[in-house]
Amino acid sequence: MSTTQHGKKEKKELLLEIRGLRIEGYADEKWIEIVHGVNLELHRGEILGLIGESGAGKSTIGLAAMGYTRDGCRISGGSIDFEGMDLTTASSDELASLRGAKIAYVAQSAAASFNPAHRLIDQHTEAPVQYRIKKRLESQEDAMELYERLRLPNPKEIGFRYPHQVSGGQLQRAMTAMAMACRPDLIIFDEPTTALDVTTQIEVLAAIRDIVDQFNTAAIYITHDLAVVAQMADKIKVLLRGDEVEEAETVKMLEAPKEDYTKSLWSVRSYKREQKYRPTGDATPVASVQNIDAAYGDVKVLEDVSFDIYAGMTVAIVGESGSGKSTAARCITGLLPPTKGRILFNGTELPSSYKDRSKEQLRQAQMIYQMADTALNPKVKISEIIGRPAYFYLGLRGAALKKRVDELLNLIELEPGDYYNRYPPELSGGQKQRIGIARALAANPSFIICDEVTSALDQLVAEGILKLLDRLQKEFNLAYMFITHDLATVRSISDEVVVMKEGKIVEQGPKNEMFTPPHHPYTDLLLSSVPEMDPDWLTTVLEERGVDNIGEAALKKS
Amino acid sequence: MNDVIKIILKRLGLGLVTLLVISVIIFGAVEMLPGDIAQAVLGQGATEENVAAMREQLGLDRPAVERYFDWLGNALTGDFGKSLVNQKQVSSVIAERFWNTLSLALYAAVIAVPIAIFLGVLTALWRNSPFDRVANVVTLTSISSPEFFLGYILILFLSVKTGYFPSLAKISDGMSFWEKLDRMFLPALTMVLVVVAHMMRMTRSAIINLLASPYIEMARLKGVPGWRIIVHHALPNAWAPIINVIALNLAYLVTGVVLVEVVFVFPGIGQMLVDSVTKRDFPVVQACCLIFAATFIVLNLAADVGSILTNPRLRHPK
Repeated sequence: MSTTQHGKKEKKELLLEIRGLRIEGYADEKWIEIVHGVNLELHRGEILGLIGESGAGKSTIGLAAMGYTRDGCRISGGSIDFEGMDLTTASSDELASLRGAKIAYVAQSAAASFNPAHRLIDQHTEAPVQYRIKKRLESQEDAMELYERLRLPNPKEIGFRYPHQVSGGQLQRAMTAMAMACRPDLIIFDEPTTALDVTTQIEVLAAIRDIVDQFNTAAIYITHDLAVVAQMADKIKVLLRGDEVEEAETVKMLEAPKEDYTKSLWSVRSYKREQKYRPTGDATPVASVQNIDAAYGDVKVLEDVSFDIYAGMTVAIVGESGSGKSTAARCITGLLPPTKGRILFNGTELPSSYKDRSKEQLRQAQMIYQMADTALNPKVKISEIIGRPAYFYLGLRGAALKKRVDELLNLIELEPGDYYNRYPPELSGGQKQRIGIARALAANPSFIICDEVTSALDQLVAEGILKLLDRLQKEFNLAYMFITHDLATVRSISDEVVVMKEGKIVEQGPKNEMFTPPHHPYTDLLLSSVPEMDPDWLTTVLEERGVDNIGEAALKKS
Repeated sequence: MNDVIKIILKRLGLGLVTLLVISVIIFGAVEMLPGDIAQAVLGQGATEENVAAMREQLGLDRPAVERYFDWLGNALTGDFGKSLVNQKQVSSVIAERFWNTLSLALYAAVIAVPIAIFLGVLTALWRNSPFDRVANVVTLTSISSPEFFLGYILILFLSVKTGYFPSLAKISDGMSFWEKLDRMFLPALTMVLVVVAHMMRMTRSAIINLLASPYIEMARLKGVPGWRIIVHHALPNAWAPIINVIALNLAYLVTGVVLVEVVFVFPGIGQMLVDSVTKRDFPVVQACCLIFAATFIVLNLAADVGSILTNPRLRHPK
């Protein structure tokens, strides 16, 4: 399968040709152009990677390739030629008969894109039966075969389950199978692995690449993750705010990007901060978690979790969704009193519930949240959001409070005069996250919990946030507990790493040790599942580990 | 499936508690009616002794709490006491009337529910089309007109001017089933006109709410035709709100139709309740109120169970 990869295919017949595509979106009572004349060519069996940050128009262009626009969008110019038919002028009947049959779509969230009321296989057979391509039973047989090729467990039986009875990674593969149901000429993959954990992602990537290869299907692969697109695509097109930046074959694009914007995207992953070590002698850790258990009702979610965080250091807590990372944070802040064990702060034990803690104790530990959108009240002014903890914990008022807010805005590199009286919805994602940081700093804490603070942000913006956090740490000797599932972030900013799985700590230690073998099998699996910019990475990993030693199968073994 | 049974039992228990609370409220409300009941029943000419004797006979000289528990205990065994007006057993008086009201409500529901869902689906499918607008205007007009007005209009056009249907809905035991259906048609139609709009609009908006879901977009991108997206992909996920609004309207059909009964001279329970209140026939009032409360509780329970059963996560646990 790896022989046909990365542009080694000879040029074949042209399948899709987009010329000067312009798309408008309706906002604030007027039409605004969001895609400004993009050209695109795709040959049979070829995979094009579309990358860019949020708002670049990747999904909009991907959907337009099916002649589809979301509500509130319209195609305002250009042509979309698919096998000699112009999709911009085709009738809705012609388009409907094309969709599913000739062009299929794989959505970002399979969990939301499968209808919860119907079994997987009934959704799979819907399009083939509709277009009389296959009879129902025939299509069911075919579905089972596709499930087997995509290495789903129990391929004969899994289709008869409802979406909520199947895990996320399996659903994403079932959706790829569904896209294949009519053996289309083209599949649009719209961020198919973004919502998945790394260990699941690698499995889905391998399955997608494999099946697209087997049926020689052309694909447009949309993602914001460069390392992922490097594995999948023959050629890559970079987009920025609805404009094409550049396009080249994958290897060429990775080795020698021409445009500055592309170079800046590439360089993000090289940011590294120097590793710090624990102070020698008997220094007391700022925060010390000792043997805690925690449960939601009867369900036990943490078991015997212990770790220490020293002043000025960053401890990264890594693990997949459901591993108990955020629960540990909830225990430390007192939102979820642990059922067993103790939590020490500068050597003194804290009451387990936040209700019993003193203002001074509460002030010491602050949080920054993943979704700055929902963590900031949209109806409250920036000055009040930041000023409130300064007033509550430190009793600042009037001119002193104003001075403190200005100082904090300066710290997060936002001009106080411009932002003082604004409201959160007027800000960009990165600016909102900065406000979140300022709010945490306002209490003068010694310890900050950062819960996935960069996962909702684009890479360039995320890098800015990481640099800011690093500067603040040096300036105020802050201790960070950095919760994340992104190992690239861990590599760039952490001093120590704690690996969690199913509510238990699997392994912990200084970063340099954690990233050098030998590892605990789970850490090993986690680390080897993180995509790298090398286009042959996936092939190499699959050769080294074997298809049965990645993803869910491997998780069970470790 | 065990989970579902557990949830249903829990709801049933809650329903019983609600009913108990309501029985207290009903009893208290009747107690608080101004004036002396014995005096009111006997009329202005009664002597002091007569009133005292009446009070004793009715047990009004005993404390309210004691009377409440007596009443509740008897009600549990189906004995609601005797009517003060004609000394008949309340249960037997009510039973016949209640049965009439239930038949009328059922008659209206059998017509209204399918029409409402069908129209709801069509208006969702052709949303913002002329059909959608016309359906909205017509149903809104019918819901905004008072029932008695609708009733008289129907009588005027379908009975007086054309003679298609009888204007009076007096029914008796001797009539055949079809005869009864014919007699009850106009009141049933009036009620259909009143409830269809609400249910139809809820069906429409429940379906349209779902049209922005990723799985609907997925169905579109699979090339599924518009009608099938609505019927096969949206409707199965929209049942919960629809069932709830249907239950609410069914309860209204049973308990809120006194005006329709008056217009068509239909021997239903609503009319009887109003009569009993004016005559201070409190055993009948209490019994009617309790039955109305029970109807609401049973229908809401049915709606809860219905919504649970349409949820695939509960029907097919992991």
